[in-house]
Amino acid sequence: MLKKRALVVFPHPDDEAFGTSGTLAKMIDEGWEVTYACLTLGEMGRNMGVPPFANRITLPEIRKLELEESCRSIGIQDVRMLGFHDKMVEFEEPEVIDEVMQKLLDELQPSLVITFYPGYSVHPDHDATGASVVRTIQRMPVDQRPVVHCLAFSNGCREWIGEPDVFQDVTEYLDQKLKSITAHRSQFQIPELIGDKKASKDKIRQRFGTESFWTYSFD
Amino acid sequence: MEIINLSEVQQMLNKLQEQELYIHLELTTGAYASHVDSSRHPAANFITNAKVCYTSGKISGAGPYRVGLKTEQGWVYAEGLTHYEESDKERLIMAGHDTQGKLVVALQLSREPF
Repeated sequence: MLKKRALVVFPHPDDEAFGTSGTLAKMIDEGWEVTYACLTLGEMGRNMGVPPFANRITLPEIRKLELEESCRSIGIQDVRMLGFHDKMVEFEEPEVIDEVMQKLLDELQPSLVITFYPGYSVHPDHDATGASVVRTIQRMPVDQRPVVHCLAFSNGCREWIGEPDVFQDVTEYLDQKLKSITAHRSQFQIPELIGDKKASKDKIRQRFGTESFWTYSFD
Repeated sequence: MEIINLSEVQQMLNKLQEQELYIHLELTTGAYASHVDSSRHPAANFITNAKVCYTSGKISGAGPYRVGLKTEQGWVYAEGLTHYEESDKERLIMAGHDTQGKLVVALQLSREPF
């Protein structure tokens, strides 16, 4: 029987919110144990709230609290903050990050890993994170590798990697997803989700109701 | 100044690691940014002849390039670099120029003060 343990690896608090929070809430509801390993605290982010309520000193702690709130909204049981510096993931020695990934994989032995598709995820931290996950899993014996589902969103990425092959209908979990997004209040000020201008339920369902992933092929 | 050659810059970064250096790091939108386009927020900074010692330095990207220098206690980072001074074999002189040729960002490392 499939072991219901998933490892989610992203570099920034809020990377989980738009693309995977509904899927994770759904999986947790179905009995999955989810660990979210977040490489940085997003401490170099430029969004400081409107009007700004954060500064360069306070931002990491604020984003840490936002991340914890987002994970509570989703139901994630285990959050690991790995302590890498925001924007610098690509400059770390690959062996250093790979070793951290290897330890997580050894400890958790997940059947599913969710991360960014290396090369197609715009931010250098996203690409470097996905690359480390893929490198580390590639070194494992084929029959022990977890399935890897990737997020990708670079312009024109579908010309290179085709269409996503995994679709999650998360309309039943929009409450958790919207709470995850709005937990990151220093980062997102989305008029459709807050205040008087809230969009209709139909529009929210249309915009946020499906999450899609690419299964990474190691061939 | 020539278009950045990734492997040559990487070799220079390796050559200059683990020693006391002087750094010039600069970013500027230009003093006329908001005069030309009122929607732009003018900003600039530079730090010149600060001392730095990095344990590892890397250049990455497909151009414009990014450079990250890991120091004992933190990081030095520059994004948007396009050009370097190929003839200078002792110092690493890099800059990023926009489509009009204007300097936007500069990162320079030298054993002697600038």
